[in-house]
Amino acid sequence: MKNTLIICRKELRSYFASPIAYLLLVMFAFIFGFFFWNSLGYFVYMGMESQMRGESFPMNLNEQIIRPLLSNISVVGLFFIPLISMRLFAEEKRTGTIELLATSPVSDTEIVLGKWLAAWMLYGCMLLVSAFSFAFLFEFGNPDWKPLLIGFLGLFLLAGGLLAIGTFVSTLTKNQIVAGAVTFGICLLLWVIDWVSGYNSSTWARVLSYLSVITHYDSFAKGVLSIKDAVFYLSLIFVWLFLTVRSMESLRWRS
Amino acid sequence: MITATGLTKKYSSTTAVDNISFEVQKGQIVGFLGPNGAGKTTTMRMLTCFLPPTSGTAVVAGFDVLVHPMEVKKHIGYLPESPPLYMDMTTGEYLNFVGKLKGLSGNELKSRIDYVCDRCAIADVRKKLLGKLSKGYRQRVGLAQAIIHNPDVLILDEPTSGLDPKQINETRDLIKGLAGDHTIILSTHILPEVEQICEQVLIINNGKLVAKDSVHNLQNRARGIQSIFVEVASRNGDVNSGAVVERIERIPGVNRVLLKDTRNNLVICEVESKKDSLVRGDVARAIVESGWDLNELRPAAMSLEEIFLQLTGSDSPAPTSVQQAAAKGADS
Repeated sequence: MKNTLIICRKELRSYFASPIAYLLLVMFAFIFGFFFWNSLGYFVYMGMESQMRGESFPMNLNEQIIRPLLSNISVVGLFFIPLISMRLFAEEKRTGTIELLATSPVSDTEIVLGKWLAAWMLYGCMLLVSAFSFAFLFEFGNPDWKPLLIGFLGLFLLAGGLLAIGTFVSTLTKNQIVAGAVTFGICLLLWVIDWVSGYNSSTWARVLSYLSVITHYDSFAKGVLSIKDAVFYLSLIFVWLFLTVRSMESLRWRS
Repeated sequence: MITATGLTKKYSSTTAVDNISFEVQKGQIVGFLGPNGAGKTTTMRMLTCFLPPTSGTAVVAGFDVLVHPMEVKKHIGYLPESPPLYMDMTTGEYLNFVGKLKGLSGNELKSRIDYVCDRCAIADVRKKLLGKLSKGYRQRVGLAQAIIHNPDVLILDEPTSGLDPKQINETRDLIKGLAGDHTIILSTHILPEVEQICEQVLIINNGKLVAKDSVHNLQNRARGIQSIFVEVASRNGDVNSGAVVERIERIPGVNRVLLKDTRNNLVICEVESKKDSLVRGDVARAIVESGWDLNELRPAAMSLEEIFLQLTGSDSPAPTSVQQAAAKGADS
């Protein structure tokens, strides 16, 4: 556990010592800022419209701003997660520092956990950036905070799973670009894999739909804390981190 | 301190290290010598638990690398061929990280960092980014990293490669200074380095151990072979090189004569005697009596370099002892 934290702190340090972390956070702040401004503008426009027509649409901050924005964040995460995870092992393999880690009295599990944890925390920082924008809604409106928190929790778990995939892919190559591209490919596939369920309801289609990472986010987005879906994300994290540790071991047999 | 028994590493098509066995006593400095690609790095990686051996095993600091890798890792310091530095850290941050990784903390960590900075002469770059350091400094930070937890065994993979001559000397002195407290294995393909630093030599070629002996013994064996350089000149203009060679060859005890150079009325040749026969006096007399001038006559002791080339250049696959190798040198 102590070693995991040492590795995690070192990884966070190198995220923030290099431009990567700032670049990701600033890019995310701009993109999310645009989404927020846009959906707020639409919300205000709808409000004016309903007043002018003298009809009253039901206006709800949670349903009309928070929920679509949370699903926007999940999509933005799809692009950012490979950027966060691609360097984790690929860079250490390229520069040879992996030899230092592998010959130190630290277990492979501790190394993998530490690195993944650091990546997860960086994603957490991204969520914090978006939380600033949401804070405005609480200042000037009166949304329900529980669905927002549950939505954040869902995003965080989802990202944990995708980052575990990225960590695994990063152990396979010395090339960060390759690691990033493959991670993106796998994540995208897992994202859209449930499309088959749109026209097909065979067992296979249901299995594929179950494997999709985004179907399990629906309940979180609605503000419902679903244990079943949380367990799915936790097992996604567990399985891919387990594979990462195996891959670390096989690295030694192969290299 | 280190016992390797039948260490073997096979890759799908090649055998990188083939059945190597050796022992290193506590406090010794052992040179691991061989041409590039001989299997030095692979062997060291197996000793440091970075690679598992295909067969055979090694006991380092009392622990088997296969059974107790964690304990082995606690007792070794390892400097890979390129120092494993995080270029975005400062020297101080890096040593702090490595120290923690090796299980140090608190005041002990602080005092060890101070100690290694002082020992490796890197105190003046503690606040500098590793990426901005010169190669010599990087190498020394790499060494500092290896000794930070005061390990029993130090494994250094080509610690002087890529350094300039001054840095090489500094690094060698540093390694020699570390010898008392640590058992050291260092690999190199530079021979004088072994002669300067090491007590024991392991020569490896094509994954096989071709010789293991002390430097002293190797050099002694080398001196048993008589080989002398002779420079002959003439008073009256021309020296017939053929005549010189032919005259020396007629001396009993001379094995063969190699003509090295002929220029400016000089003939330079190397005379190899048969084993255990002293021919220097006979050669001198023969030359002078033939009316030539003897400008120079000096014993050319076979250097470690030549032994090395003989051992590694030969195609004989079986590990030969130094005696056999030296005898082979005398015969050729």
